[in-house]
Amino acid sequence: MIQVTINGRTHAVDVEPDTPLLWVLRDTLGLTGTKYGCGVAQCGACTVLIDGEATRSCQVPVESLGAARITTIEAIEQDPVGRKVVEAWVGQQVPQCGYCQSGQVMAATALLTQTPKPTDADIAAAMTNLCRCGTYNRIAEAVRHAAA
Amino acid sequence: MTLRVAPGSAIPVLASDGVANLSRRRFLGTAAGALVVGIALPARRAGAESAALRSAAPKPGTRVPAFLEIRPDGSVRLLSPFVEGGQGIATGMAQIVGEELDVDPARFVVECAPPGPDYAVVNGLRMTGGSFSTRSSYALMRQLGATARDMLIRAAAARLGVRESDLTTRDGSVVHAASARSLPYGDLAAEALALAPREGVALRDPKDFRYIRHAVPRLDVRDKATGRAVYAIDQTVEGMLYAAVRHAPQPGTEPEGIDNEPEARAMPGVQGVHRLPGAVAVTADSWWRARKAVEALAVRWTRPAPTGLDTLAADFSSEAMRAALTETPGEGHEAEAAGDAAAAFARAATVIEAEYHAPYLAHAQLEPPSAIARFNPDGTLDVWTPNQMPELFQSLSAEVAGLSPDKVRIHSPMLGGFFGRHFAYGPANPYPQAIRLAKATGRPVKVLWSREEEFLNDALRPLSHSRFRAALDAAGQPIAVTVRTVGEGPIGRWFGALFDGPVDPSAVEGIVGKPYAIPNRRMTFVKRAHPVTIAFWRSVGHSMNDYFSESFLDEIALAGGQDPFALRMALVKDSPRHRRLLEEVADLSGGWRRGPYAAEGGTRARGVAMASPFGSETATIAEVSIEGGEARVHNLWIAFDPGSVVNPAIVTAQVESAAALGLSATLVEQMVYRDGLRQAQNFDGYPILRREHMPAVHVRIVESGAPMGGVGEPGLPGVPPAVANAVAALTGQRIRSLPLANAKLSGA
Ligand code: FES
Ligand code: FES
Repeated sequence: MIQVTINGRTHAVDVEPDTPLLWVLRDTLGLTGTKYGCGVAQCGACTVLIDGEATRSCQVPVESLGAARITTIEAIEQDPVGRKVVEAWVGQQVPQCGYCQSGQVMAATALLTQTPKPTDADIAAAMTNLCRCGTYNRIAEAVRHAAA
Repeated sequence: MTLRVAPGSAIPVLASDGVANLSRRRFLGTAAGALVVGIALPARRAGAESAALRSAAPKPGTRVPAFLEIRPDGSVRLLSPFVEGGQGIATGMAQIVGEELDVDPARFVVECAPPGPDYAVVNGLRMTGGSFSTRSSYALMRQLGATARDMLIRAAAARLGVRESDLTTRDGSVVHAASARSLPYGDLAAEALALAPREGVALRDPKDFRYIRHAVPRLDVRDKATGRAVYAIDQTVEGMLYAAVRHAPQPGTEPEGIDNEPEARAMPGVQGVHRLPGAVAVTADSWWRARKAVEALAVRWTRPAPTGLDTLAADFSSEAMRAALTETPGEGHEAEAAGDAAAAFARAATVIEAEYHAPYLAHAQLEPPSAIARFNPDGTLDVWTPNQMPELFQSLSAEVAGLSPDKVRIHSPMLGGFFGRHFAYGPANPYPQAIRLAKATGRPVKVLWSREEEFLNDALRPLSHSRFRAALDAAGQPIAVTVRTVGEGPIGRWFGALFDGPVDPSAVEGIVGKPYAIPNRRMTFVKRAHPVTIAFWRSVGHSMNDYFSESFLDEIALAGGQDPFALRMALVKDSPRHRRLLEEVADLSGGWRRGPYAAEGGTRARGVAMASPFGSETATIAEVSIEGGEARVHNLWIAFDPGSVVNPAIVTAQVESAAALGLSATLVEQMVYRDGLRQAQNFDGYPILRREHMPAVHVRIVESGAPMGGVGEPGLPGVPPAVANAVAALTGQRIRSLPLANAKLSGA
């Protein structure tokens, strides 16, 4: 059994130590808000916060987590920055298919937590997740709104 | 609905007793533009038997209880004929029905309806595609809302003992103004829905619309911004096993043997190792465990044919396919003709000629495909899977399971992007595997394709080739154009039995149907089948053909010494709709100028293109510079005329999204085959548009009042040629094959 701390709760999970955090979240714990898109750190759909850092959970073996605190999209509205990000996402009507948006919201929350007033260059550097629906401009606009 | 597989053919013929009286001509006649789909009834079913069934079948879109559940709390559950995949159709349906029902769309909960004849509202058929949803169902859905409102008023009149004419409605309540009484719809629903619907209930006057034509917020954005939206990949059913599959590296080959099956079976959580048509699978208690085991399998596959283009042979390559299309002989079948092209060429002052190509493309929707199958104790089967045609998937699932279609329930979850991905494409859908594995294990099974399996197995936008010739007179005016297109389109492949004509409309749209007054034209089509599983891909044939024809029109302009914008303006001078659109896009971009001109960070130039996809019209201008040998697009200005709109905000978002996909295809996308294998396995090998390459997109909606056209796809086709034309303006290089990433562009 491996212990993981997710959204403030500690879970004991019975998985192989090299199992990616993504699949522990989705299949073991039923937290399906975090998405699988590529499995190889290319798309960012699986982004979660690990000790506040935006991290692609498909690349994180569960054994490496130790006591790290993990925040997923399911708890995003409990975070004051996350709540602002969600409101901005709704206000700018960002999502289309929506599949990438959990990861985008997590990445934006990490950015705005660390850099409350990001420049366009900061946004470009932090918001690298793929969106096949092409919502990139609205994402940037929503980040600016959430920062304002 | 029943599905027949035509003898000796892999092409499904869709047949439906419920819509047997639909004339094929009517459907095709209604379908302006590209994706036209009809219904073919096998002759032996068209007799008395189906006539009897037909009389019992409801008229699609009329049975109120099949669509609406008005709940005690005043919310409305709408069973939509369409599946939501980002295009905003759920919100659009809530607006249309809510407008007439008199309920704020914000109180709607919209779900995709199960299979059933009530939902065949796309000219007698049910599908989400071809940018057909809103325009095909708008009138029906309005009438449905109005009919339901009328039933609520009648129920209230009976309850209150007053005349119907003394009643009105106000956002979810029936109001009797004289006695200041009001009854919420939720209280009346049971009585109202038991009433017989009245025909011909009057509709609201469009000048009083509060929801239609307004930028009503989307119903699904909050759930999508908080991870609560549930896609097929997120669904679970009790007691299910997870399955991971590995497909034959070369489609058409089969698993011959597995050398380490016992070892794989002994891996943690593994339930079974299975052989499937063209694939192997592992079932396990988690997907990750199933995947690890399936990847550990040492599979021996049968060998593909050594060579040739009839199957995916060991030496197949996209390069060879492209060469084969280019070299395919034959005059071809006429797709469009006017005047006397041959005579015009004989008297031409100048003749120009060019060949254009476009590559295979993957859909690369961000949600990988999955399917859950569950056999129930009562002999029925439930299937949850992404799909754009529930009734077709029901028939196909029944066939795989050996059941009759009425024993199969299809659940159509929200799609994590589709762009044409989720039609039925033979081996390119996971539901048959889920059904077979559920049968084999006696448990519900969820199959999920890894991204790598999806890139291996996705059905592709076909590679294509067209040869253009133009005749110009001494004044530089085009007097004739001929085009010869070689290839295969998805309509011919997947709905081929419905089209006995030799020209596949999905292969030539965007080459035919252009608005330009060039008096002599001859467009022909030569069919050359692909060994590849081909697909509908956002804007279908337009996705490449408008790139070809609008680029070539710029070549004509240059050969005739004319400005490309001025030439277009001259060629549409008798079409007010097109002229206006060109004026609008020029205005939106601050006035037409081709360039090159100096701008912030270097030299830029602009290109213009028009397209007429799916009953809508677009004019697009792109602004481009060259950085490090690559095109960088700074701005896209798009004037878009879909006739009239339901939700301007959603229309704008769809045009932005289509533009992004069009730009992605222009700049970077291609699925390359070499040595019989697809070269890309993940997004590192199949790049798609990233944020840093996203330009500003400026959209202007022009409502000309023409019949309502499509919205989801039409923003795309103008983008590739506008960009390529800008690149030519800037560098002098005419790029006749996409993506631009294959070309080394010289800085200007
Ligand atoms: S699934 Fe982790 S980055 Fe794509
Ligand atoms: S909203 Fe569809 S992938 Fe981003």
